[in-house]
Amino acid sequence: MAEAKKAKKEKIPRTKMPEQAPEVRRRNFEEVPLGLTPEMAQREAGRCLQCKKPACVTGCPVEVPIPEFIGHIRDGNFEKAILALWTKNSFPAVCGRVCPQENQCEGKCIVGKKDDPVAIGYLERFVADWARAQSDISLPPIPEKTGKKVAVVGTGPGGLTVAGDLILKGHDVTMFEAFHKPGGVLVYGIPEFRLPKEIVAHEVAFLSQLGVKVECNVVVGRMITVDELLQEQGFDAVYIGVGAGLPRFLGVPGENAIGVYSANEYLTRSNLMKAYLFPEYDTPLVKGKKVVVFGGGNVAMDSLRTAMRMGADEVKCIYRRSRSELPARAEEIHHAEEEGIEFFFLHSPLRFFEDDKGFLTGVEVQEMELGEPDESGRRRPVPIKGSTKTMECDMAIIAVGAAANPLVTSTTQGLETNQWGYIVADEAGKTKKPGVWAGGDIVTGAATVILAAGAGRQAANSIHQYLTWGW
Amino acid sequence: MFEIIARQELAQGTVVANDIMAPKIAAKARPGQFIILRVNETGERIPLTMADTDPERGTITIIYQVVGKTTAMMARLGAGDTIMDIAGPLGRPTPIEKKGTIICVGGGTGVAVLHPITRGFKQAGNKVIAIIGARNQELLIMEDKMAKASDELLVCTDDGSYGHHGFVTDVLREQLQKLGDEVKEAVCIGPVPMMKFCAKVTEEFKVPTMASLNAIMVDGTGMCGCCRVSVGGQTKFACVDGPEFDAHQVDFEELSRRLTAYIPQEKEAMDLFQHKCSCEA
Ligand SMILES: Cc1cc2nc3c(=O)[nH]c(=O)nc-3n(C[C@H](O)[C@H](O)[C@H](O)COP(=O)(O)OP(=O)(O)OC[C@H]3O[C@@H](n4cnc5c(N)ncnc54)[C@H](O)[C@@H]3O)c2cc1C
Ligand SMILES: Cc1cc2nc3c(=O)[nH]c(=O)nc-3n(C[C@H](O)[C@H](O)[C@H](O)COP(=O)(O)OP(=O)(O)OC[C@H]3O[C@@H](n4cnc5c(N)ncnc54)[C@H](O)[C@@H]3O)c2cc1C
Ligand code: SF4
Ligand code: SF4
Ligand code: FES
Repeated sequence: MAEAKKAKKEKIPRTKMPEQAPEVRRRNFEEVPLGLTPEMAQREAGRCLQCKKPACVTGCPVEVPIPEFIGHIRDGNFEKAILALWTKNSFPAVCGRVCPQENQCEGKCIVGKKDDPVAIGYLERFVADWARAQSDISLPPIPEKTGKKVAVVGTGPGGLTVAGDLILKGHDVTMFEAFHKPGGVLVYGIPEFRLPKEIVAHEVAFLSQLGVKVECNVVVGRMITVDELLQEQGFDAVYIGVGAGLPRFLGVPGENAIGVYSANEYLTRSNLMKAYLFPEYDTPLVKGKKVVVFGGGNVAMDSLRTAMRMGADEVKCIYRRSRSELPARAEEIHHAEEEGIEFFFLHSPLRFFEDDKGFLTGVEVQEMELGEPDESGRRRPVPIKGSTKTMECDMAIIAVGAAANPLVTSTTQGLETNQWGYIVADEAGKTKKPGVWAGGDIVTGAATVILAAGAGRQAANSIHQYLTWGW
Repeated sequence: MFEIIARQELAQGTVVANDIMAPKIAAKARPGQFIILRVNETGERIPLTMADTDPERGTITIIYQVVGKTTAMMARLGAGDTIMDIAGPLGRPTPIEKKGTIICVGGGTGVAVLHPITRGFKQAGNKVIAIIGARNQELLIMEDKMAKASDELLVCTDDGSYGHHGFVTDVLREQLQKLGDEVKEAVCIGPVPMMKFCAKVTEEFKVPTMASLNAIMVDGTGMCGCCRVSVGGQTKFACVDGPEFDAHQVDFEELSRRLTAYIPQEKEAMDLFQHKCSCEA
């Protein structure tokens, strides 16, 4: 007994995620973290104090029952763990990998006050991967059909959640996707080395098994409008989850030189179109030797690390604020640094240079310092007079954010948008147009996977209510 | 999967026409709009204009010049073969109104893109003069269809082997001199240099002119910015803001440069493809 007590008091350090070594992984596209073994997971689960009022749950946008699922892992009951997770989160394999845990669940974990927080993300990923490997997890029962039809426009995490939730409530669901493959940013944006595409395909296949119809190559707004879905195609409700999907450029001279990419283009070519496997796959990508990436979020990190994997000699991250403002997940920044990415803080682009054939040769940057706080509460970067320099580069990727793509909003009658073009919707995703819901990045602006999935769940509940009781 | 219903070779096999079963797209497409297709799982997404549509039969017609791996691969497909993915219609339809006299100028495969637009202007009650050109008579495409789609068809070849000896720009200039103010609009579609020179000519005569820009594309929904072009000093996305723009405002030099972005890779892909094919043969 005394022994056990002693063992409990002895601090177990946070489990280290086994990873591919930086020197190796910086040149391949395989996943970086290798996943916990069951023993590691159970040991890590033992670090959780099973708080009565778990702070971690308040940090999770969808309120995953964290102590509960971790408790089941600790007891070696992985099936119960996954069932607990699924009550709130349809994509634990994705969220365990890509949530900014340090600002969400783990950021609030009580163990983290004195020690490293419980590795909630690793554990979530562990159970989800375990579940995916089981062949005998049975399909949930599908209730009797209600006869109602729902159209989901866009197949990102929001759209997938709506589809999954509503098919399980007995409605008929059809998803429409502009690309040839469903998954949204999960397939075209986030790279393989961070989120294997097989995971997304598995989620989509699961929805198909449940009876969700997926129609790819349908650009809503061109092939069909939201109004036509409602009036001509007999859909009773439409969910719009088309993401932000409009690249921001810098607006500096020379931006159309060959070799200057938006992160959306660069990542779509490499992920969705598999340009990293060229010429086995037909889509080409400029292979930069000296690459600069503008921005400091997850999109910038993904671009930087992809460029490194495509064989660049040097890859630089150019960010106009300082290190402490970098918005990317801590783990990505850490991984990027380990892989040899150089960071240039407080620098901002002035113009690009190109040769007589139009190929990028360099970029002039302005050094900045932090001034007074701006609207976001962060100190505004201001130029330091006279201090500019030129960096040589043959490829540049612009990852300074996304804006609202107007293709769907501009072709839908009576859909209210705000001054930036995002759809106006209430907490439940209800828009000003009867029968139409919206959620995810097209409502909030570029955010996170779990927020989009959470919005999808709210909307699904609201749509279900509407289909049962009316608007 | 989209089935090819018919295949036809034009311009001595350098240009191929396919009728493809795609009823939903056929029902929706308007002149000036295009599709993006992907032949197979490893394929690239490429944009092609719908040269024709038959909503009743449920087919669209594409006419493409064999220039690289994807089009070479497509040229080997016959009736009964399939294309994996087709998304469309994409882009803005050509604004077609009754205006008076319209001149439609097409060069090379651009004639295929020009055809539905020409027909649209004629059907809207305009007097349409069409000028089409090619390097030589063998490479000229769609003469009969263009004759039908217009009120007057003028043909030219660079080498004088057929029709007027010279460039479409020369004929365009003659027409503008002859018709003066009567011409309300010009549309020019073809290789970038041809569009650039047509725009120069019509600018002299102050005739509003549209050009259809063939920028490199990926998604076709305005998401990636790959197809960006400069028009009147502003950045536009050819796939959603176009593909047609005011030709007097377009930076054609930039467009030409950006079309060369992948020449080494395109060559590598093509060489590999031809090598494979010759091994199989
Ligand atoms: C490179 C990158 C890295 C990221 N990393 C992270 C991360 O680590 N962690 C995290 O939490 N979040 C991350 N995010 C953000 C996260 O991916 C998004 O917030 C989330 O995917 C938004 O989901 P959504 O459901 O709104 O739609 P999206 O995922 O944006 O999907 C929208 C879908 O709609 C389709 N569509 C668009 N227009 C049409 C149309 N007209 N007709 C039919 N279909 C259409 C699109 O093709 C797309 O498939 C990242 C984003 C990017 C781009
Ligand atoms: C809106 C639009 C409509 C078009 N309509 C037609 C048409 O009706 N008939 C026709 O013959 N051609 C058309 N094109 C051009 C056609 O898309 C290219 O010829 C085709 O992509 C070549 O592919 P490839 O693999 O055979 O050749 P590649 O070897 O890959 O390329 C040859 C050349 O084609 C261009 N190109 C390559 N990839 C793309 C791409 N993804 N998007 C656009 N251009 C590319 C480049 O200039 C390149 O140098 C159109 C282009 C656009 C943008
Ligand atoms: S969904 Fe994200 S925030 Fe919530 S518990 Fe899982 S990893 Fe944490
Ligand atoms: S706050 Fe930390 S210790 Fe407490 S229940 Fe949540 S994960 Fe466990
Ligand atoms: S092709 Fe991607 S924005 Fe036009």
